[in-house]
Amino acid sequence: MTIEVRNLVKKFGAFAALDHVDLRVGDGELLALLGPSGSGKTTLLRIIAGLDWPDSGEVSIDGENALSHGAGERHVGFVFQHYALFRHMTVFENVAFGLRVQPRAVRKTEAGIRARVRELLDLVQLDWLSDRYPSQLSGGQRQRIALARALAIEPRILLLDEPFGALDAKVRKELRQWLRSLHSEIHVTSIFVTHDQEEALEVANRVVVMDKGRIEQIGTPGEVYDHPATAFVHGFIGESIVLPVEVSDGCVRLGGEALNIAADGAVSGASKLFVRRHDMQVGPAGSGALQGAVRRVRAFGPIQRAEIALSAGEGATVIEIDAPRDRELQSGDIIGLQPRRYRIFAVQDRT
Amino acid sequence: MNAPRSSIRSARNDPGTEPRAVRLVIIAIALVFLTVFVVLPLLLVFAQAFSKGVGAYLSALSDPEALSAIRLTLCVAAISVGLNLVFGVVAAWAIAKFDFRGKAFLISLIDLPFSVSPVISGLVFVLLFGAQGYWGRWLQSHDIHVLFAVPGIALATVFVTFPFVARALIPLMQEQGIQEEEAAISLGASGLQTFFRVTLPNIKWGVLYGVLLCNARAMGEFGAVSVVSGHIRGETNTMPLLVEILYNEYQFVSSFAVASLLAMLALITLVAKTILERQLDQRQYPSDD
Repeated sequence: MTIEVRNLVKKFGAFAALDHVDLRVGDGELLALLGPSGSGKTTLLRIIAGLDWPDSGEVSIDGENALSHGAGERHVGFVFQHYALFRHMTVFENVAFGLRVQPRAVRKTEAGIRARVRELLDLVQLDWLSDRYPSQLSGGQRQRIALARALAIEPRILLLDEPFGALDAKVRKELRQWLRSLHSEIHVTSIFVTHDQEEALEVANRVVVMDKGRIEQIGTPGEVYDHPATAFVHGFIGESIVLPVEVSDGCVRLGGEALNIAADGAVSGASKLFVRRHDMQVGPAGSGALQGAVRRVRAFGPIQRAEIALSAGEGATVIEIDAPRDRELQSGDIIGLQPRRYRIFAVQDRT
Repeated sequence: MNAPRSSIRSARNDPGTEPRAVRLVIIAIALVFLTVFVVLPLLLVFAQAFSKGVGAYLSALSDPEALSAIRLTLCVAAISVGLNLVFGVVAAWAIAKFDFRGKAFLISLIDLPFSVSPVISGLVFVLLFGAQGYWGRWLQSHDIHVLFAVPGIALATVFVTFPFVARALIPLMQEQGIQEEEAAISLGASGLQTFFRVTLPNIKWGVLYGVLLCNARAMGEFGAVSVVSGHIRGETNTMPLLVEILYNEYQFVSSFAVASLLAMLALITLVAKTILERQLDQRQYPSDD
C-alpha cells in the first residue's frame, strides 16, 4: 500500500509541528522518520494513523483520501511508544481485541479468532506467554505483543512510534534485526519514528530526516550518510567535525588563515565546514590543510580517537578525529590534517 | 571520613529512634483520642439501642415510621448513587481525557458541594422550588411537588453527593492517560466498545470506591435534606431526620435503634473502603517499565 502526504500543516498554538510536509511512501517500504524531539515526526505518524488531525493538507493511503476516515476505519496498525497494552487483559486477549471488536457481519468465529491469535503469537515467538498480563512481561516482550496486536487486524500499513525507545541497548539491537526480518517476511508498508540515527540507518530502506516540522532530506541510508543535503543532516547523522569558516572568492579561511581546500562552489560568506571524523587524513606536520597538536589519544578496536587542538583559530578549536591505527599518535605530536571528504554549508538563520 | 558523622546525624533525625517513652506517649494520646471520640460514641449508640433489650430494638425498627424512613433513605440513596455514577463518570471522562476551555472551572465546580454548607445547598432548592421561589408558581400550577416531597430530597442529596464519584475517578483516569483508548480506537473499536472494554475495566475499582462514599453520604445526609424535607412523618423523613425527631421526643431506644443502622452502614463502608483501597493500589500497575 502506498501512502501519500501532501502539503501537511499542523500547528500547536504558535508552534508549527509540521510545516508544509510532502512525503510519498512506496508499497512494501520500511521507512524511518528520523529527527530530534520536537521535529514533528511523531505528529506526522499520528496524523497518518488518524490519531491527530492536520490543520491543512492531504493524506492518502492507497490512493484513497484518509482524512475522510477516522482512525478505526483506516486499517492502520499502530504500535505505541509505551505499547499501550490493555493492562486488564491477558496477552491473548490483547492480541484478540482488534478481532473481537469487529462488526458482527465480518467478525471471525471464536475458533477463527483463536487460530489467528495463535498464529500471531507464533509469529512474534511469544506463544508461551498468552495467559500472562502485560505487567508480567519484559519491555521487549511487551513490544512484540504490541506488534502482534497491531498486526491482528491485517493492517494495510504499519506505524511504529519509537519502537525501541523504551528498551535497553542489548534488547534494542536484537529487536532491530528481528523487526527487519519480520518486515521482509510480511512485507507490509511500514513507517517507524526514531531519534536514533543508528537505528534508522540500520533498519530502514529509506530514511526521512526531519527538523523543526520540515523534511530535510529523504534518501537511502547510504545517501543521507554520504551525501547529506543540508547542514542539519550532516550534523545529525554520523559524527561530524564542524568548523566555522569564511568563504570568499573560492578560498576557505579558518580564523583568518586560508585552508588548502577547494570551496567547491560554496557561496561567499560565513559558512560551516563539515568533515566526518574518519574522513580526516593524518599526515606529517606541514602537510594537509590543517595543522594541530595532539592532546589526548584513546585507542580502541580498529581506530584511535584523538583530540587535536588546531593551530588555526588561535589553538582554541579542539576537534576529535578517528584515525586508523597504522600510525600510532602520541599526545604532543604536531600533525597535518587533510579532509578526504568534506562539505561546506553557508550559515543561514532559519527562523 | 564523612560517613560516621552523617550516619550519626541521620540516626538522630530518624523518627524510628525516638526514645521509647516518647513513642509510647504519642501512641497513647492517639489511642485515647480515638477511644473517646470514635469508639465510645459508637459503643454508646449500640448500648442505648439495646438498653431495653432486643425486643424493644426490633419493635422500634419495625415501627411504620421507622420503616418508612428506611425505605425513603434507601430510595433516595439509590437515586443519588445512580445519577451521580453517570454524572461522575461522564465528568471525569471529559476532564481526564479531553482538553477544552473552562476545564479548570469545571473542576472547581465539581468541588462546590464540598465547600458549601449543606444547609445552604438545601436553601438553594427552597429558593428555586418553594412556593415563593423561582419556579414555584409554575410547579404549583402544574401540581408538581418538589419541595417537602421525595423529588426535593433526592435533588438535595444528589447535589451534596455529586463530587464523590468524579473525585475518585479524575486522578485515576488522568494517571492512566488516553493511550489505551487510542490503541482501542486504532484497532477499530467504536466509542462505546472502547468505553466498556477498555476504560471501564481500568476504572472499575475507582468507580466502586466513589459509589461507596457517595452512598454513605447520601444515606447519612442531614443538613440539606432537613431544609427541603418538611419533616412530614411517615412520608418525608429520612433516617437521620427520624433519629433527631425521635431523640427530641425522648424516645431514646427508637432513636438509637435507627441510629445504630446508620452506624452499621458506617462500619460496613469502612471495611469495604479498606478493601477497595487495597484493590486500587494493586491495580495501578504501571503501563511500562
